[in-house]
Amino acid sequence: MRIKNQKDFWAGILFIGFGLFFAGLGTQYTMGTAARVGPGYFPTALGVIVILLGIVVSVSGLSAKAPAEKVDDFHFPTLLLILGSIALFGLLLKPLGLMISLFILIAVSSYASHEFSWKAMLINAAVLIGLCLAVFVWGLKLELKLWPSLIGY
Amino acid sequence: METLLANLGIGFGAVLAFEPLSLFGLTLPVPMNLVYAFLGAFVGTMIGVLPGLGPLATIAMLLPATYVLPPLGGLIMIAGIYYGAQYGGSTTSILVNLPGEVSSVITCVDGYQMARRGRAGVALTTAALGSFFAGCVATVLVAAFAAPLTEIAFEFGPTEYFSLMVLGLISAVVLASGSVAKASAMVCLGLLGGLVGTDVNSGVSRYAFNIPELADGIGLVVVAMGVFGFAEVIRGVEQKEVREVFTKKVTNLFPTKADFKRMIAPVLRGTALGSLLGILPGGGPILASFGAYALEKKISKNSAEFGKGAIEGVAAPESANNAAAQTSFIPLLTLGLPSNAVMAMMVGAMMVHNIQPGPQVMTSNPTLFWGLIVSMWIGNLMLVVLNLPLIAIWVKFLMVPYRFLYPAILVFCSIGAYTVNNNTFDVLMTAGFGLLGYVFIKLGCEVAPLLLGFVLGPMMEENFRRSLLLARGDFTVFVTSPLSLALLGIAVVLVVIVARPAIKSKREEAFRKE
Repeated sequence: MRIKNQKDFWAGILFIGFGLFFAGLGTQYTMGTAARVGPGYFPTALGVIVILLGIVVSVSGLSAKAPAEKVDDFHFPTLLLILGSIALFGLLLKPLGLMISLFILIAVSSYASHEFSWKAMLINAAVLIGLCLAVFVWGLKLELKLWPSLIGY
Repeated sequence: METLLANLGIGFGAVLAFEPLSLFGLTLPVPMNLVYAFLGAFVGTMIGVLPGLGPLATIAMLLPATYVLPPLGGLIMIAGIYYGAQYGGSTTSILVNLPGEVSSVITCVDGYQMARRGRAGVALTTAALGSFFAGCVATVLVAAFAAPLTEIAFEFGPTEYFSLMVLGLISAVVLASGSVAKASAMVCLGLLGGLVGTDVNSGVSRYAFNIPELADGIGLVVVAMGVFGFAEVIRGVEQKEVREVFTKKVTNLFPTKADFKRMIAPVLRGTALGSLLGILPGGGPILASFGAYALEKKISKNSAEFGKGAIEGVAAPESANNAAAQTSFIPLLTLGLPSNAVMAMMVGAMMVHNIQPGPQVMTSNPTLFWGLIVSMWIGNLMLVVLNLPLIAIWVKFLMVPYRFLYPAILVFCSIGAYTVNNNTFDVLMTAGFGLLGYVFIKLGCEVAPLLLGFVLGPMMEENFRRSLLLARGDFTVFVTSPLSLALLGIAVVLVVIVARPAIKSKREEAFRKE
């Protein structure tokens, strides 16, 4: 069988997956009675609705009348560099402090661009780090550790 | 009328109040709320001008910053960003033929053609004046409707609220572009996401897997930054950039007498339609601008000129999107119901300051309520000044390449996500939502309904439970209360209308133009 509208088909599958997850776990919580609705009632009902909608969406993607649509290619290097740079920032902020983790965030994410250049990245990093210091540290006075503990404050 | 004036007086008092501000060791009295309104309008115009950065991502980015501001100041700033973006978006549409905002997509058609004919200045002035007029009218509408609608809202019990939310979410789905089934599924997923964490009634921790950070629920900032900020950045970076700036100097800002004559009717019609579509749940600036353009094209006597630089094609949609941006505050301020994703973030900003949005805000917190309304009018005035004489500055902003812009978005989002709870787990979770948002975009699922559901999830469950508790478990309560029955009836009618084959094909056709 050929999948006519791939976007719809896979979106439907994703919905079914999410629905199964929420409805399945939802049944583990107390359902309660109609007069005293328990914590499991609402999420399980919603989960079932999501499953049903997911079936509708994916079946409509299989129908011969559906407009043919392909899922655009995932651009994995971009995806990995952008999300990776954010994750690195999250992981390194506590141990390395704001300055170094910000630089890593900017350097790694800039590398994802089609027109990456070292010089432009370094200028951008200097400007952005300066801006962050001005706004967050001196302006809003947020408690952020700037450097790794080894070097002292 | 007199009470309205008195109320507006409270608002002006709140917005113009002076507060001492210490800077560099000097303490000066400064009208801080005016400063926030200006900041909002400025940032809004800036991101409106910049393609690839929309009001949703920006407000998500600045939401943590508004948490440290006083409540009124924070709300004034978010509102300013929202309607400021409607002004700024038109600049890019006219000068670059690239929409700065989704709500200015349609302005490209005639705005860019006007620019090519050397009438860029006139097009910009038309857009700004139309927006200003619409903004003034819409502010008056918000002020006038607020009090009577609030009265009605006090009649609402949990049953009516539940049905109202059902209606709101259904019309959000119907009015969204793309498949109704997909958008409904997104809303339901959002509702489910909102339920993650400790259930207030039973104390049971749901979907939290003993992760302490999840016990308090997933933060609005985390979801909004992930699906709007990060997902959009990934998509923006993977596309090769094509931006040809229409670099000709913008001269001659003043429309001729004939231009003014042709402008008046479209501005009036755009304002009326936009105001109406803004109030509808799920409506808002995007729908309003498309609707106003279509209407104008149909009834204008210059309809042959549309697409070739008709001034009506700029005046109508630009008035409509600004009117809608403002009237979409009506359901939020009176009923406590967000009608679109930006309003959902306003709810988040209010809740952080322990203000439960709803009809009680007007009585319990009049300075906040009227101050916000008055700030919209003042903000619009600032925007005309910001956009017309200073247009040269904004054109400079257009030149900022995306490779400088997106690391800045990431930096501000990451620090913002961290500072809400001083927790790096939130940063990682935001990255996860970025991935989810990216997958949804690739699969053609609109993410705005997800955020709307996310905010409404806990409220909806709470009202559902309370209704059944009061009715002793009788499900018919939702149809025996006349108000609730009427609301659900409208929802059913909406679904039936959209499901009809003739309407269905028309609807698909209408959204394909996007």
